[in-house]
Amino acid sequence: MNQAARRKLLSGFVVGLCALAVVAALIPLALILFYVVEQGFSSLNWDFFTKMPKPVGETGGGMANAILGTLMLMAIASVLAIPVGLIAGVYLSEYGRTAFATLVRFTADVLNGIPSIVIGIFAYGLAVLPVHRFSALAGGLALGFMMLPIVARTTEELLNLVPASLREGSLALGATRAQAAFGVMVPAALPGIMTGILLAIARIAGETAPLLFTSFNNRFFTTRLDQPIASLTVQVFTYAISPYEDWHRQAWAGALVLVAVVFVFSVLARVVTRRLERMHRT
Amino acid sequence: MRKPPSPRRSADDRLFRLGTGFFAFLVVLLVGGIAFELYENSRLSIQKFGFHFWQTTTWDPVAGNFGALPFIWGTLYSSLLALVISTPIALGIAIFLSELSPRFLRTPLAFLTELLAAIPSIVYGLWGIFVLVPIVRQIEVHTPDWLKKVPLFTGPPLGVGMLAAGLILAVMVIPFTSSVAREVLKAVPATQREAAYALGATRWEAIQAALRYGRTGIAGAIMLGFGRAIGETMAVTMVIGNNPRINSSLFAAQHTMAAVIANEFTEADTDLYLNALIEIGLVLFVITLVINALSRLLIWSVNREVKVEAVTKAAATALPEAAA
Repeated sequence: MNQAARRKLLSGFVVGLCALAVVAALIPLALILFYVVEQGFSSLNWDFFTKMPKPVGETGGGMANAILGTLMLMAIASVLAIPVGLIAGVYLSEYGRTAFATLVRFTADVLNGIPSIVIGIFAYGLAVLPVHRFSALAGGLALGFMMLPIVARTTEELLNLVPASLREGSLALGATRAQAAFGVMVPAALPGIMTGILLAIARIAGETAPLLFTSFNNRFFTTRLDQPIASLTVQVFTYAISPYEDWHRQAWAGALVLVAVVFVFSVLARVVTRRLERMHRT
Repeated sequence: MRKPPSPRRSADDRLFRLGTGFFAFLVVLLVGGIAFELYENSRLSIQKFGFHFWQTTTWDPVAGNFGALPFIWGTLYSSLLALVISTPIALGIAIFLSELSPRFLRTPLAFLTELLAAIPSIVYGLWGIFVLVPIVRQIEVHTPDWLKKVPLFTGPPLGVGMLAAGLILAVMVIPFTSSVAREVLKAVPATQREAAYALGATRWEAIQAALRYGRTGIAGAIMLGFGRAIGETMAVTMVIGNNPRINSSLFAAQHTMAAVIANEFTEADTDLYLNALIEIGLVLFVITLVINALSRLLIWSVNREVKVEAVTKAAATALPEAAA
């Protein structure tokens, strides 16, 4: 075989390997989705959303308290992280070229890669250790810290999609920088920002590690912020490592709910971002 | 003639800049706060054990003896294993999506691989316990005896252990590495490939030219995946077996830094125990901070180069277009 043919053969071989790599990644994805849907769907029923957990040994019951708990934790995290992240994002987009903005952007990206369990320890030290009690507030705090960099970076990126002529136009009409940013730029990017934030919330809702020793768990129904509270993810964890068949069934149902939420928001975010990009491309 | 901005307006703008800048500063403050607090809350352990903490292997909460070497070992072992499995696959995906894929497949395939990153860790863990671990156990049972003499494959077929952890981590890390590597390849100027083709290169040789051009960014992408693997908690703790004993075997149940924190934090009944766990968290924080910072710098360095190039290229092409 001459050299040219050998090179061509090698090239074809590597191209084939690359295609194979895509298949190799799609197989586990398909397997995971298959099992979650198959196992989860047969276990998911109305009781799952409306009933409380049954005591050990009894079958049936649901995760009503955990679902409410997750919603409350998300609400606390959102209240803490969204305003701060949004305004930080405005700064990054308005004064993006300064050295300080580069530092903030860098820190936000690095913070995004800090293990969630470490964020959990931090929230534990802030809100659990001083009062010696696990609480919904501590859990929400941990999740809020995780949301903050995502919200800031999403806001910045979507504001950068808005044409600069809008800002220039409003400044030319005599608006202050603040009026131009919050009155013109943010509203123009709002649909995208809101979807980005919803996606961040959906992803954070799937977090377990930072909740293990902040909001802990609770077998009862509670809405108090200073008490431990159940969450969907911690409940799935507890049930998954338990020896009971019926609890495993419910863990799969919980996993299906988590995956469905993330999936719907991922698709939604993709659609909205695309539409925005098309809208602002001139 | 334009009037100069009134003093009130420029004062408004300054306030706006300071105000929004303060909120941006909170992000930086958060990282500093984490470092400070973790250090404060692990002082007991740092003072008592010093560097010894990271050199000894006894983890005995009852006697109050803490050595964290098995956890470092387990974290590095599982993360490197995940890296070895995931890197070729992730790079293959990135190359396929940026260089080879037909256009209509590109977006859906990218979406699907990135969906792997969106699945919650706890779902990976659940799937790991009930689907992956039984499969791994079967593999271990059917390993031929002569192979079991190799230190890498010794021990009883438990199913849970290093192999299961490495596999699940690899799947979780793939989307991070591949999407960043894809961005890097996308940022490599087309002239690199065109030049290679013009010299008679085959497809793979042209891809190699692009890979070489973006190698710092690719290295950054791989490091980013490594950082993810090191910090991953739930899925690993559910399949690794949680046994704090250093073992070279893939089949052995082991432990990681993140897993021991997740498992024992609420059980820590003495201050020293709690401080020891937080010290592990502190080191986990420092390691991932350094790895993430390095990987971001590598990725950014490529992007900046590419941006400069794009500007000069735009300037070069502007003239003929205007003439036409």
